[in-house]
Amino acid sequence: MNNKRFGSFAAIAVAGAVVLSSSVMIQTATAAPISSAKLTASLSGTLNGVGSSAQAVAETTWAAGFQTKNSNVTVNYNPLGSGAGLTSFESGAAEFGGSDAYLADSDLQTGKFANCAAGTTAIDIPVYISPIALAYNVAGVKNLTLDAKTIAGIFKGSITKWNAPAIKKLNKKVKLPSAAITVVHRSDNSGTTYNFTQYLASQASTVWTAAASQTFPYSVGDAAKGTSGVQSAVQNATNSIAYIDESGAGALPIAKLIVGGKSTKISAKGAEAVVAKSPFVAGRSANDLAVGIDRTAAAKGDWPITLVSYLLVCQQYKTASVGTLVKAYATYAASPAGQKAAAAQAGSAPFSKSLSAKVAKAIKTIK
Amino acid sequence: MTATAERPKGIVRPKAKVRLGDRVFSLTTVLSGALILLVLVLVALFLVVQSIPAFSAKPNALPGLTGSFWAYVGPLVFGTVWAGILALIMATPFSLGIALFISHYAPRRIAAVLGYVIDLLAAVPSVVFGLWGVLVLAPFIQPFYSTLVNTVGWFPLFAGPVSGTGKTILTAAIVLAVMVIPIMTAIMREIFLQAPVLHEEAALALGATRWEMIRMAVLPFARSGIISAIMLGLGRALGETLAIAIVLSPATVINVFLLTSQNPNTIAANIALQFNEAQGAGVNVLIASGLVLFVITLLVNMAARFVVNRRKAFSGAN
Repeated sequence: MNNKRFGSFAAIAVAGAVVLSSSVMIQTATAAPISSAKLTASLSGTLNGVGSSAQAVAETTWAAGFQTKNSNVTVNYNPLGSGAGLTSFESGAAEFGGSDAYLADSDLQTGKFANCAAGTTAIDIPVYISPIALAYNVAGVKNLTLDAKTIAGIFKGSITKWNAPAIKKLNKKVKLPSAAITVVHRSDNSGTTYNFTQYLASQASTVWTAAASQTFPYSVGDAAKGTSGVQSAVQNATNSIAYIDESGAGALPIAKLIVGGKSTKISAKGAEAVVAKSPFVAGRSANDLAVGIDRTAAAKGDWPITLVSYLLVCQQYKTASVGTLVKAYATYAASPAGQKAAAAQAGSAPFSKSLSAKVAKAIKTIK
Repeated sequence: MTATAERPKGIVRPKAKVRLGDRVFSLTTVLSGALILLVLVLVALFLVVQSIPAFSAKPNALPGLTGSFWAYVGPLVFGTVWAGILALIMATPFSLGIALFISHYAPRRIAAVLGYVIDLLAAVPSVVFGLWGVLVLAPFIQPFYSTLVNTVGWFPLFAGPVSGTGKTILTAAIVLAVMVIPIMTAIMREIFLQAPVLHEEAALALGATRWEMIRMAVLPFARSGIISAIMLGLGRALGETLAIAIVLSPATVINVFLLTSQNPNTIAANIALQFNEAQGAGVNVLIASGLVLFVITLLVNMAARFVVNRRKAFSGAN
């Protein structure tokens, strides 16, 4: 009897020890010292990134592509949000961060970033451009055109019916119902909301008096959680309209925008064109490519309601091997192959040649 | 035998035998109790320590934080309690009915199956309830809301303008009620099954109908159990996070309109929505709101304990 009892305890203890030790063995992160002359095939290690959920699908695509090329590397990206990304990057829990907003001046004090070498700071590398669409679900309407002032009026609550004169003026050939407009916006903080409100504050400042913010500033309409929440809310509610990442709009029709007096369809090229010609934020290091998106862009085909998402990386890492890994990963993400893969999977706007060259130049300086 | 203290002759206190098993068992139970208390203390400590910077947070550390911390938390507290009360108002009659049906009306086999099905409902994750609420319930119930606003819109609760998506606090309360019913039913069912059979048979023998028997013999006996079941359900409703975050269309308001799109948010759902993008003092403000929820739940549980203890004599032991 006693032997049986002790035997069962011993068996459990041995099994537990085996399980625990095997789980430890899986977690090895061997960072081999690499010289810059070696081929990428000999890279190895683990990279952890935390950040924006807008980039989540793109990051998964890049991680898969990068890991296929470098079989000894593991890349983990945790889409906890831009705020969590910044915190993790600062504390050193993540080797790189993903953020829908570039680093604020107050965050750029040297030495605040645990992974960066002393005396250096962090820089922003744009890797993801996403056009923001105005998706709608109105009975019998397939061809809606809006301009900045009308959009501001709708989302502020001053235009309440679909057959309002302001909307009718832009859609003379369309039969608009006399129903109330159901506005849908995000209930959680979001870079999409920030870029959308920034566009309206810039282009319709007489109507949209609130500043750009991650939270929708007016008490109008319904709020839904996440891009998918907004999409299903618009899908299920008749006579509704929402702003949403183009990749999340699904089968919903997307309104055309009046840009520079002409009716423009949403396009990845148009979004990328606006970012490519926007100036970089002044007063920063030459390698910090924070983009001050030019919302007044009005050339043919431009789509100024765009979101740019960044990789937060160190200019110089404390550990050289980590720097090499991050540099290789960022190079892949910004490369034409990486951008093409992200565009296919995540619906982002791939870089043009000029922007790609600028970004590649900045990434080369990462140590 | 060692010398013991002087005792009056004739009184010998027998010494209880204490073997190794007794010592180990009593030690284990004391440790378990102490561990739980320790965990609770540590959680409370974490909440308090992390909340202190929140009271001196600058405006705009968090979106919506325009004034003092209390101005920020006030609407959230109202929303939490309001959603909980609405859910309870809808869930309690159903739970009572189901529990009474299982314990006193249904044939034994059906009662067993029904009890099993109710327990299955408790096993469904709350995320699934949230998704069901936003994808199925809200679009389905929105036309009813429209009709309600058009016919009885003069009544303050049903004032318009109606929400176009159906994501109102009433929908969220319905989802909460569905989540809370299994817990309340399970507890009430156990209590009703414990009602003294002699009392029931005596009532029936004296000519009471089934309903009168329940009213005379079962409900008075089960009163404190019903209240503790309600309080347990309220506790779950107060703390529900993801289902509300997905279903509700929130705004920073305090109102009692059930059918509009500007609804007060709950504390837990607000933390879930804002935590991802919060930084610095914003995180402290969110944790401080969690501390407020902790205190509210504590007060609710203490009130429940107090009510139950007052009727301790009838709690079932006799």
